[in-house]
Amino acid sequence: MILSKLKEAIICLGAGRVTLPYPFAPHPPAEGFRGKVEVDSEKCIGCGGCANVCTPRCIVVTDPSQDTRVLEFFLERCTYCARCAEVCPEEAITVTEQFETATNDTQDMHIKAEVYMGSCQRCGRCFETSTALDKLMVTGFQGVPESGE
Amino acid sequence: MFKSLCEKAFTKALWVYHVNTGACNGCDIEVINVLTPYYDAERFGIKLVGSPRHADVLLVCGPVTRQVAPAVKRLWEAVPAPKLVFAIGSCAAGGGIWFDTYSVLGGADKVLPVDFYVPGCPPRPEAILYGVAVALGLAPKQAAPVYSRQEFLSFLESGKLPEEFAMSPEQAQEAV
Ligand code: SF4
Ligand code: SF4
Repeated sequence: MILSKLKEAIICLGAGRVTLPYPFAPHPPAEGFRGKVEVDSEKCIGCGGCANVCTPRCIVVTDPSQDTRVLEFFLERCTYCARCAEVCPEEAITVTEQFETATNDTQDMHIKAEVYMGSCQRCGRCFETSTALDKLMVTGFQGVPESGE
Repeated sequence: MFKSLCEKAFTKALWVYHVNTGACNGCDIEVINVLTPYYDAERFGIKLVGSPRHADVLLVCGPVTRQVAPAVKRLWEAVPAPKLVFAIGSCAAGGGIWFDTYSVLGGADKVLPVDFYVPGCPPRPEAILYGVAVALGLAPKQAAPVYSRQEFLSFLESGKLPEEFAMSPEQAQEAV
């Protein structure tokens, strides 16, 4: 009995220090870790595919005006499944390794991205243009004044 | 003086009580990880206790279901003040994928005043430790709201196209 305890103590002494120094030294996650998502609004075409597949429906798409589409991410309920990044045709959403997201305010987990949309000349609703060139064509038809005049 | 002493001492030894309000057990296992010698939360004076009456901190995991809500409220009342509530995981922080389910009220903030949120599904043990470190003032908060806007929208508003897209009147004539 005492011998086994002694043996245990010797094994424990032999192991040395195992505790991570974590909050005082960084400890990056392993490869393939899915952390907080990041949105590049320049690449986004506003197709809404990400909002369609998001499991907790934390991506909300609204059209506040004829040619603006707003994507809001309420990431406090994000499940880090990365389906949005997988489905995005323009790779506008990327998964970062950021896991240190603890906060005292859920506002800190919100992302808002405003995207320019072409709008139909008949019904006035937004639609997605397939290329940047198409986008310019639409603006041309809407008669945005050229610069330098 | 006694009060300020108490406030100072409060952060030195946080005794935690772990509450499962309907979690899938993922967050519970990560919380247990934090208490193992590998992550060693006892360095910060954190100790798991068996009764809410001994606790300073409630670690809430999981969405608050309708059935458990009154019990959670009673549990919170049983904790002596000053007390902190940590919402561990996406379900406790915002309801997770159950945020609008008929049997779930939502995140822990629907029934308790939550002080710290640790999102993640489940959060890494490091993320939980980081949350504790932020609460104790050992680490700065990193999360911040992000707002971005396509540059093109600003051009539209100001009525000026960027240089590289600008056309001379002759070019415009040709294009038409
Ligand atoms: S990672 Fe999953 S849960 Fe999070 S925003 Fe993307 S689709 Fe939604
Ligand atoms: S982020 Fe990607 S998937 Fe989501 S609306 Fe923009 S282009 Fe579509």
